[in-house]
Amino acid sequence: MSAMSGGADSVATDLLDSTPMRGRVRRARLFLILLYAAAAFTVGALGVLIGTTLIDGWRYLSLDLITNLPSRRPEAAGLYVALWGTVMVIGLTVLFAFPIGVGAAIYLEEYGPKNRLTKLLQLNISNLAGVPSIVYGLLGLGIFAVWFGLGRSLITGALTMALLILPIIIIAAQEALKAVPPSLREAAYGLGATKWQTTWHHVLPSAVPGILTGTILAVSRAIGETAPLLVAGASAFLLFKPTGLDSNYTVLPMQIYNWTSRPQQEFQDLAAAGIIVLLAVLLLMNSVAIIIRQRYSRKLRG
Amino acid sequence: MSALTVKTVLTSDRPVLDASADVQISIRDLDVHYGANHAVRDVTFDVPRQAVTALIGPSGCGKSTVLRSINRMNDLIPSARVEGEIRYHGVNINDPAIDPVIVRRNIGMVFQKPNPFPKSIYDNVAWGAKINGHKGNMDELVESCLRRAAIWEEVKDKLKESGLSLSGGQQQRLCIARALANDPDVILMDEPASALDPISTLKIEDLMRELARNYTIVVVTHNMQQAARVSDRTVFFSLNDQRQGVLIEAGATADMFTNPRDQRTEDYITGRFG
Repeated sequence: MSAMSGGADSVATDLLDSTPMRGRVRRARLFLILLYAAAAFTVGALGVLIGTTLIDGWRYLSLDLITNLPSRRPEAAGLYVALWGTVMVIGLTVLFAFPIGVGAAIYLEEYGPKNRLTKLLQLNISNLAGVPSIVYGLLGLGIFAVWFGLGRSLITGALTMALLILPIIIIAAQEALKAVPPSLREAAYGLGATKWQTTWHHVLPSAVPGILTGTILAVSRAIGETAPLLVAGASAFLLFKPTGLDSNYTVLPMQIYNWTSRPQQEFQDLAAAGIIVLLAVLLLMNSVAIIIRQRYSRKLRG
Repeated sequence: MSALTVKTVLTSDRPVLDASADVQISIRDLDVHYGANHAVRDVTFDVPRQAVTALIGPSGCGKSTVLRSINRMNDLIPSARVEGEIRYHGVNINDPAIDPVIVRRNIGMVFQKPNPFPKSIYDNVAWGAKINGHKGNMDELVESCLRRAAIWEEVKDKLKESGLSLSGGQQQRLCIARALANDPDVILMDEPASALDPISTLKIEDLMRELARNYTIVVVTHNMQQAARVSDRTVFFSLNDQRQGVLIEAGATADMFTNPRDQRTEDYITGRFG
């Protein structure tokens, strides 16, 4: 063709001819479709789960559900005790795990020497994040309930949960600290700041959004856990809310588990309503972290 | 700190510029290693007081490493080892007994890429003074530093806005203002204009000339014209055959650019390599 129509025209023809591009365009489109499918599958599965739960449980969704005590009669049964238990256990868990976890991450990233000991520590923290939660329950039972003599109390539950989410918070906080650009540290050091001033005033605030994202994940994990608390001493049936650190307690997933194991259909539906409440509590607790995170990232972007 | 007359002691037969002049920092037999890599070898030169000293040379010749030794920034790199003497007010600041934090409070630094804190313009300038226990009026200090960094007129109405909202050239001048707030007597600049457009570069260069009336400035630059334009003294580094950074020649800028003593200097400044 180029022989017939001369140089310039052949370039023009080549530019207009999309044949060589066709394969690439098709592959790009195929990949996009695969990505959509993966996203649709995930969101779809979640949608179906929440949808069927809502259909089963909506009948029981009322203020009574969260103000009533547990009962043998489904129409009178409520989550009052379990809801309080969850809020208090998770609140205490975060209170223990957050400062210790962030502190450990700061040590490992900013202060600790990079030697064999810290590498071993690092490896163990990563492994701990993968240990089945029931093992933490046994640990909590052995150490906090029996050895420390704290018994089947709220504080035992919270400490056990804190151990469970500690590795998740440490790893997330470490990643967040690693992502802080070295130029920010240099700027502070260059002004004669000490390591602590640099970390406290600049590195940590820049890492807050990442640290909080990790904390949200950790809390989401803790709030749904049943196994460790089952072992470490949450009660199955309780008629009063926890009043102190040494109180007996139960949590929402325990109550839901209890209801699903009953034969009556009413209790199955009640369990569905309980799951919705659990999700609502999770969203509510995480929204605090989300709001703080948004404020910090806005400030950092400038 | 009282201005001590620094007596230059020649501990090496390397070329030393102006041993008689008023010397702010004298560097003797400086060696820097990064792990097994001997990056800078046997560097000796003097930095004159209240003048601009330019460190030039091809990439990887260790000029930034030398600059970062002067305020102990290499301490932040775990594998770095700095040997030799860096005398400042009569004290060898490379002595392990000297706290690098104190050194950096007196010797400020401006980096290659503008790196203001993600804070307000005001706080960017005030923070260094605050952590170093500034007692006077903070508003006055912030204004005077921003004025001296020739950026006050551009930011005076938006001191509460983030430092990151400024343009690159403004950010760099903000970083200079931030360094001034500590009241240093030396300011180190590591290619301060290499990330900036020509107009901003010119502003930074003018500012360097202006600041040299009151401060001692050491600047690393890749840009030969810049070294010729702004500096009083030039120190030329290159690599030896073992790929170690060595000092080739140091002298008054005008002399060195018109009449280089070493063939390698001439090749570099005439653009034959580097």
